[in-house]
Amino acid sequence: MIWLTWRQFRGSAAMMAAVLIVLAVALAATGPGLVSAYSAGIADCTKDNTCDHFYNVFFNEYNLPFMALTLAVLILPAVVGIFWGAPLITRELEAGTYLLVWNQSITRGRWLTVKLGLTGLVAMAVAGLCGLMVTWWSDPLDESATESMALMAPLVFSARGIAPMGYAAFAFVLGVTVGMVVRRTLPAMALTLAAFAAIQLALPATARPHLMAPVTATFQLGRANIDSLNIDREGGGAPRLFLREAVPGHPGSWVLTNELLDPSGRVISGGSSGTGALINNVSSTSGPCKPSSAAGGEDGCLGEINRLGYRQQVTYQPLERFWLFQWIETGIYALLTVGMTWLSFWWIRRRLS
Amino acid sequence: MTSALQAQALGKKYGKRWALRECTIDIPAGHVVGLVGPNGAGKTTLLKLAGGQLQPTAGDITVLGGRPGSTPAQLAKVGFVAQDTPVYAGLTVAEHLRLGARLNPRWDATMARERIAQLGLDSTRRAGKLSGGQRAQLALTLGLAKRPELLILDEPVASLDPLARHEFMQGLIEATVEHQFSVVLSSHLVSDLERTCDYLIVLVESRVQVAGEVDELLATHHRLTGPRRDLDRLPADQQVISARHTEQQSTFVVRTDAPIHDPAWTVTELSLEDLVLAYMDKQTADNRRAALEVQR
Repeated sequence: MIWLTWRQFRGSAAMMAAVLIVLAVALAATGPGLVSAYSAGIADCTKDNTCDHFYNVFFNEYNLPFMALTLAVLILPAVVGIFWGAPLITRELEAGTYLLVWNQSITRGRWLTVKLGLTGLVAMAVAGLCGLMVTWWSDPLDESATESMALMAPLVFSARGIAPMGYAAFAFVLGVTVGMVVRRTLPAMALTLAAFAAIQLALPATARPHLMAPVTATFQLGRANIDSLNIDREGGGAPRLFLREAVPGHPGSWVLTNELLDPSGRVISGGSSGTGALINNVSSTSGPCKPSSAAGGEDGCLGEINRLGYRQQVTYQPLERFWLFQWIETGIYALLTVGMTWLSFWWIRRRLS
Repeated sequence: MTSALQAQALGKKYGKRWALRECTIDIPAGHVVGLVGPNGAGKTTLLKLAGGQLQPTAGDITVLGGRPGSTPAQLAKVGFVAQDTPVYAGLTVAEHLRLGARLNPRWDATMARERIAQLGLDSTRRAGKLSGGQRAQLALTLGLAKRPELLILDEPVASLDPLARHEFMQGLIEATVEHQFSVVLSSHLVSDLERTCDYLIVLVESRVQVAGEVDELLATHHRLTGPRRDLDRLPADQQVISARHTEQQSTFVVRTDAPIHDPAWTVTELSLEDLVLAYMDKQTADNRRAALEVQR
């Protein structure tokens, strides 16, 4: 049975292996260069304290391969589910060959065990390898990325570490089971993609923020957590403050909520949206926040805002939880995979004929 | 003698429609059984139940004393060549034999090789490139080399041309002579089965109409032709299978063990095809069923 499964699978396995080898060679060739460029840049920028600038330049330079690789790891599990999972059984049903193979001297339960086991393990190995290779390669870039593209950011998180392995296992078994139920290849492929995409989008939005209780903290306002402070040059209007999606002292955190509190602790709306938050208690006609004031400029005005008691309040998942979250998420998908596998065995014994 | 196939009030329902109902048969081992009936009569359903591809909705079925398809040992005893003789298009002939060897404990590799050589099949050729007849022969080879005690074939020759049909049946007969196993073979054409089968089951509208050894069936069924007469004026031991009337004349096909003495009748022998056609006759099928129910 292992021979037959491998014989039927070897074509697509070879194709995947070829892609994987090309990827591995490309990453191995460029990876060390990336690391040395990064460490040289860091060594330079720490001298004159311009590392924020360096991060931006460095990240922008490699933006394209970074996005492409992240996207590739993201869609790989779906590809496995659609092209390996869905047709696994439907192809046999459509060609009628299931009647040939089910009438050899093995039970269909065993037939499915070998087919699922062998192909599923290869799928997991491919996705796991791919995920870890990309994690290794993009390490310097993940260090330089802004919060929205850092390791904990939903999209990037799903394309790093060991989670892709869990996604691939689940997508594969999902494809197989959907195929068994739908019995036709093309609809099964479409349905697998739709179901898998829905779960992949829903999980980061709903469950992942609560895998562990997020940290809530308040911070003084400063360069690390504000985007800009707009002071009306003509005078009269209150200054407008724009918050950054960042946690001072905890770079790379996944920011869940980001708000500006006034001195009495109430939330001022608009801090993290496009409109900006109005700082009404600060005079813009006199004092540090008056345009062209002596003690003025942005820093002076910000000092005054901090002195009055305005604070940033963020709830976030810190970067240190990255691997813990990876294990939890992989575990969740492992459970889903086990459930789906059980369903497929139940279906092939009871319903499929 | 053990039974090749035994069914007790066997039924299979798809949704609301019974594909097979109240099927009670007992086929002794060692026969080549022909299963005839029009398309959609339930032949495939019965065979799939026997192969264990389907689970019955009602009743019981045992094949060679075991529950169909339940264990590898049971699967090893029963060969099954499905309708349209499916094979893996991407695998070569040799790879099909390898598949058979890997998946069957009693695989007869010599027989398989010799058969392929005898058929003149190129073993490096992909099965998808074979002609319909060659594909059927490959599927038959897989079924035979498994060395089953019972080989089930579901309309194996339906899509073949007359020559390929003949060769296929010839190969099957030779194998049964050499290796002594039971065969159940379905077809909607009696001519396919006439020279091969010594046991016949007629299945019409999801019910078994008649089952028995061909010789016995032919000896007990007669066609009576004579002056017009009504059904109920026939002797009680003559079961009417079909009836045709013209202005002056009546033609009956009857089943009886007793000799027919009435001088008014001209008695003629039936061919197997006539016999099957008589049972497929729709008008009297309902009467027959009613009669059977009264008897119970």
